[in-house]
Amino acid sequence: MINILKTRILKGVVTRNIEPEVIGQIESSGSELKSLILKKFGRSLHIREVDTGSCGACESEIISANNPIYDLQRFGINFVASPRHADCLLVTGPVSKNMFIALKKTYEAMPEPKFVITCGDCALNGGLFKDSYYVEGAVKDILPVALHISGCPPSPLVIIQTLLMFLRKKE
Amino acid sequence: MAISEIVTRIKKVLPDFKVLSICQSYADEIALKVRAQDFKDTCITLHKILPSPVMMLFACDARKERGSFAINCVFVDFKKNQWVIVGMDIPQENPSFDTLAKSMHSASLFEREIWEMFGIEPKDNPDSRRLRLHDEVWPKGNYPLRKDFKAIQAEKLSDYKFSRVEGEGIFEVPVGPVHAGIIGPGHFRFSVAGEPIINLELRLGFTHRGVEKLFEGKLYTDAVGLSECVSGDSSFAHSLAYVLAAEKISGIMIPAQADILRAIFLELERMYNHVNDIGGIAMDVGFSFLHAYASIIKETILQLNENLSGNRYLRKINVVGGVTQAIDETKKELLLDFLKRIKFDFSELVKILNSSVSFMDRVDTTGVLRRKTAEDLGVVGLVARASGIPTDLRKYFPGVYNQAKFKMMIQESGDVLARLRVRISEFEESCRLIEEFAARLNQDDKLRTEVKLKVGSALGYTEGWRGPVLYWLETSPAGLIERCKIVDSSFLNWQGLSFAVLGNIIPDFPLCNKSFNLSYSGNDL
Repeated sequence: MINILKTRILKGVVTRNIEPEVIGQIESSGSELKSLILKKFGRSLHIREVDTGSCGACESEIISANNPIYDLQRFGINFVASPRHADCLLVTGPVSKNMFIALKKTYEAMPEPKFVITCGDCALNGGLFKDSYYVEGAVKDILPVALHISGCPPSPLVIIQTLLMFLRKKE
Repeated sequence: MAISEIVTRIKKVLPDFKVLSICQSYADEIALKVRAQDFKDTCITLHKILPSPVMMLFACDARKERGSFAINCVFVDFKKNQWVIVGMDIPQENPSFDTLAKSMHSASLFEREIWEMFGIEPKDNPDSRRLRLHDEVWPKGNYPLRKDFKAIQAEKLSDYKFSRVEGEGIFEVPVGPVHAGIIGPGHFRFSVAGEPIINLELRLGFTHRGVEKLFEGKLYTDAVGLSECVSGDSSFAHSLAYVLAAEKISGIMIPAQADILRAIFLELERMYNHVNDIGGIAMDVGFSFLHAYASIIKETILQLNENLSGNRYLRKINVVGGVTQAIDETKKELLLDFLKRIKFDFSELVKILNSSVSFMDRVDTTGVLRRKTAEDLGVVGLVARASGIPTDLRKYFPGVYNQAKFKMMIQESGDVLARLRVRISEFEESCRLIEEFAARLNQDDKLRTEVKLKVGSALGYTEGWRGPVLYWLETSPAGLIERCKIVDSSFLNWQGLSFAVLGNIIPDFPLCNKSFNLSYSGNDL
């Protein structure tokens, strides 16, 4: 115990700060996001992510948005393990035939009220893969989509800012 | 010399061996054409004498040109630094060939792939279930990679048969395709007796998007962007393997500067993924502080990527003929400055890891993949190196890595700890390599050369962070892609995972899985 305390005091803060202007952007968007979520969702927004055939870059950026630098959680956004716990479904990928049923079932498993966000260019209209024999096409033709976050992949900051703009509009 | 030598070596084992044609279009590639009845024996002989697993086995639809299907099997010869491609033609009526899988397990998945995509039957293959075109959504008799495939013909749908383990007290745990984390989709079916796993069956293919078909008909200078989206975390390795194949076909030499820049970006990709996996392994034993620390390092490298190239995932850098981004003096300084910080952070991270007894206890002897099993399955890349197999394309093929005295990292024990240690030492080696490469940058050199479209076929290959990424490309005289076969190392390594978890408990599965960290989209294509 004493050892742990000693290391803790000697080490101080180990996290690195990135460029101040980026930090500023995250902080200002984030705090507004937090107050909007507090008002609209009664404290927090819970998101369930589903990959319907993405290349993995969107997932990587969504995970990055949860790292200690962006730390979406402190603004009231949690990524949850089950659709039963979610307010929102975040869909990535061009919807391959194999994921069509899984996507619909995940949506049906969510309690009302619920909404859908698509993330990345593939989820908007199939992107590079839209002419494929194995792609169902845009998520919006399958589920009611409230918001699209564009990019290939969208960076964590873009994810935060797009969410913020969306919630602002809903005010 | 080298051409006839390979035939002599085969003839020692197969006295009646006849080769229809043999050519060496590129220094690192020998193509043998054999009669259909000799194909199986030739492949098995090469598999034994080189020795090499089946690195690629794929079909091409040449019915329009030659009235036949072609099948090619690719082996790697590390001693001679070259690839050996064995090919045969098979008639288009009721196409079939004798299975290789009974003698070389590494051919098994490839044969199932040929069967579902081309309708060419691997006779006597013990497993003829489909990999990617799931029976529940894709009717029988539709072969999408045939050239004359237009749209699905309605036929009956069927079901997938999982292999069953039966007996008293055995139960099945199905997981997926949608998992708890933010991760790709796949279905895992565990059969357990009490706690230990006695069988794990993987059913993948959920992210199948028909990538290989999408390449066809595109101008080969225009398809780099598609190769970047095959597997997002290996964007650079995939586009590199693709452009290398295209450059071989075009017959061009790229400027030395571009070669070095590519190596730098390839190592940066390796670094952010390795540190991400080290953090992931820590997370899966509940060591969240270390995970947070590792994700800061990953974010630092992603930001470095963006500063250097304008893209966090190193996209839009490779083009056929060279690269689009230079690292000038200011960027070089930035790179070295970032590297210094990254190295310091990483050494701290390793110190914390090594001093945590409970962490070491969890990873030591967990998820062992024995060398013999790995060899039989044809496992490649990082996972193979952790099981004691010396295999790394950077080591065996000449190029900038040879000049930088690249050191291959190998561990013997094949457990999660071994894979972790390979990652740690490769990360450190990557730092050294980047510094070495950065010192060789020559600012006066050009970044790209002119490309002339040509007809031909070639194999592009590179050692991505998971292992080899292979692209076999065939083009038409107009420069359009006829066939593009992709093999990501995940395709061969997923089977390794289902053997590594045997005897472990289900709660350790995420840990084993993370130590492999294979790509869903790279496997499913």
